Amino acid sequence: MAIFSVYVVNKAGGLIYQYDNYVPRTEVEKTFSFPLDIVLKIHDEKVIVSFGQRDGIRVGHAVLSINGVDVNGKYTAEGKEILEYLKDPSNYPVSIRFGRARLSSNEKLMLASMFHSLFAIGSQLSPEAGSSGIEMLETDITAYLHPFKPGTLMNILFFPFRCELFDQNLKSALEIAEKAGTFGPGS
Amino acid sequence: MYTEMTVHNLYIFDRNGTCLHYSEWNRKKQAGISKEEEFKLMYGMLFSIRSFVSKISPLDMKDGFIAFQTSRYKLHYYETPTGIKLVMNTDLGVQNCRDILHQLYSTVYVECIVKNPLCALGETLQSELFSSRLDSFIRALPFFSVRAA
Repeated sequence: MAIFSVYVVNKAGGLIYQYDNYVPRTEVEKTFSFPLDIVLKIHDEKVIVSFGQRDGIRVGHAVLSINGVDVNGKYTAEGKEILEYLKDPSNYPVSIRFGRARLSSNEKLMLASMFHSLFAIGSQLSPEAGSSGIEMLETDITAYLHPFKPGTLMNILFFPFRCELFDQNLKSALEIAEKAGTFGPGS
Repeated sequence: MYTEMTVHNLYIFDRNGTCLHYSEWNRKKQAGISKEEEFKLMYGMLFSIRSFVSKISPLDMKDGFIAFQTSRYKLHYYETPTGIKLVMNTDLGVQNCRDILHQLYSTVYVECIVKNPLCALGETLQSELFSSRLDSFIRALPFFSVRAA
């Protein structure tokens, strides 16, 4: 059982703290010859796999690096457009690394506020009276999302904060929780 | 204290967001908006949850989002490869409903709707046979019991 990340969201839906404890990165690097049999498209300023998944490269994976050099969004490190670069046979053979895209700070902010709205809608659409918002979200890889119940703490914290003591205590708390196995399926 | 398990309601959407069917059995609280708005809100919420989960997940997933729970109810979600979405709200005691929703799809929806040449795709389901088979199916579930008032 592993705790991947912690997000703290205030009452207005703003992300005020974020910590990545353990983020597994499945990445696959392969050498390709022309023409590339994987169909790529641009989505959210990144180049992602749209069709042709094979050998660990999944639909939704992003192009992370070309010939060992990290890309910059939809451009190579030298500023060339990746899709144009990969259409040119003279650039082959080419080594491309694919994997799940890392979230930028901005994306984390947007996801936190998106979740805040979903949390509230879960309460509004409840068929039973007196329901809270979404307390636990389940997916097929059993990665659970447990929103922390708002308490007095949330009234004090409203703005993004950075506090070393909080970081240290959070890390200790996560270690204890992981060893005790309090978070997991069936708990 | 004896906790009865129950099914509150069920929605069926097509790939375009049209609500093909809605039934309720034990719903205690309405959403406070028109049914049309409620269907849009439900579909929109599910669409956003799936998008959220696919972005925030640190690992690759096969099916993605399958359920969520609040303090009072649990929502189970199942989507077919053709984009038909089955959404069932139950109480918290109910565990995995994926197989049940799949069975509902294959034995009731496919048999009564897909195989019926008179049922037009993309429209609210009018078939009485479908409605009664679905109702019987849900009432026959081991965790279904009508709550006493």
